[in-house]
Amino acid sequence: MCLGIPGQIVEIPDRAAGLAVVDISGVRRSVSIALVDEPALPLEPDDWVLIHVGFALGRIDEEQARDTLDLLRRGAELEQELDVIRRGTIA
Amino acid sequence: MKYVDEYRDPALARGLSSEIRSLVVPGEVVRVMEVCGGHTHTIYRHGLEDLLPPEVELVHGPGCPVCVIPMGRIDDAIAIAETDGVTLATFGDLLRVPGSRGSLLEAKARGADVRTVYSPLDALALAVAEPDRHVCFFAIGFETTAPATAVTLVQARDDEVANFSIFCNHVLIEPPLRAILETPGLQVDAFIGPGHVSSVIGTDAYRFIPEEYARPIVVAGFEPIDLLQSIAMLLHQRAEHRCEVENQYTRVVQTRGNDRAMAVIHETMQPREEFEWRGLGVLPWSALAVREAFGAFDAERVFTVPGVRVEDPRACRCGEVLTGQIKPWECGVFGTACTPERPIGTCMVSSEGACAAFYSYGRMRQPDTTAVSITRTTPTARG
Repeated sequence: MCLGIPGQIVEIPDRAAGLAVVDISGVRRSVSIALVDEPALPLEPDDWVLIHVGFALGRIDEEQARDTLDLLRRGAELEQELDVIRRGTIA
Repeated sequence: MKYVDEYRDPALARGLSSEIRSLVVPGEVVRVMEVCGGHTHTIYRHGLEDLLPPEVELVHGPGCPVCVIPMGRIDDAIAIAETDGVTLATFGDLLRVPGSRGSLLEAKARGADVRTVYSPLDALALAVAEPDRHVCFFAIGFETTAPATAVTLVQARDDEVANFSIFCNHVLIEPPLRAILETPGLQVDAFIGPGHVSSVIGTDAYRFIPEEYARPIVVAGFEPIDLLQSIAMLLHQRAEHRCEVENQYTRVVQTRGNDRAMAVIHETMQPREEFEWRGLGVLPWSALAVREAFGAFDAERVFTVPGVRVEDPRACRCGEVLTGQIKPWECGVFGTACTPERPIGTCMVSSEGACAAFYSYGRMRQPDTTAVSITRTTPTARG
């Protein structure tokens, strides 16, 4: 039951009822946003959320996602360098 | 798919694999327990163990809410389903879990009205659509799923739905973790923490693990890159003599979790004094029951369930698999008497169970010791 999938908000036809239409990898479904939508920080179309059993459980923080990937890419490049250094022979 | 594909990038995986190799001390085995069934599934499906040096050993934990349901509770659900006029709505994962006299699927074949739903809200909608039937939702899951059931209960009350109930089997993550950590002779050095439970309860909830049991824990996402990065982070902690809770899954999980989700759980459910877990026995304050204020929706009040404690079959070693003491293939009935088609135990039934995951993805990778010894005695041209 850990399965949670990223989905993108398409529209919010009934904010009072806490329901949104979400695109989950091409499939559109009505999803409850009752646990994530806040008056101070309302969900909007194009926002990404994590969907679990028909509920948005949390927002996906795009900046965090980007930062993590950038960090990993730099790490991978560095590791590639280090690997070459480790394997290189010193004449 | 956005936020999934990027975390399956082979180049990033190679980079992390290389980093992990450089962090281990040759010959010093680090046993890392991944708690969550979803993580077990990713590890086997993407062959992550092939990317790890032998010094990193992955041990599977009890974080599969289907796997920990004892047979007696399945029997109770079947009793509810077999009641006249009742529709039992359930997640698909539960259909094949064996009770003492068969599974929900087999009960359905005998005429019980068992229907699969994706969401508890779908079960409620079913009740509204069919006022002549009573719809009972078989509610399972850790704190990840409990909020969904809780919101559904509130909606059922607000909409005055008279023909709906839930059979509450929600469990909490901390008690089994403590039970494992208290096991004498436990050989687990570090933990990979559940990702989506953490989006609800936050990461501070795991502080007891480094603080009371001196093991580091990294909360991880579910893609291969997430797990590899988490393993690297754990090894960094060891190398730097740190022992703390870290969050690798920052794009989803915040330190404080989801207050609204916690509040709605609290509004509708309360901890049970005792609950039996497959493999771990009876754990105090480890599961949830419906509060009296929502009693009209509590299947255990609406129905009289047998409530019998059923022993696991003798051959079944699910308990030892769930607590990381043995690997799936070390169980005598793995792949023979116990397969996904005809499971004996829950680890084989649930798609997140360690045995099912290994059966589907891992079996082909097991080294054939006969082949290795033949190769070694055959002279080769290269040195």
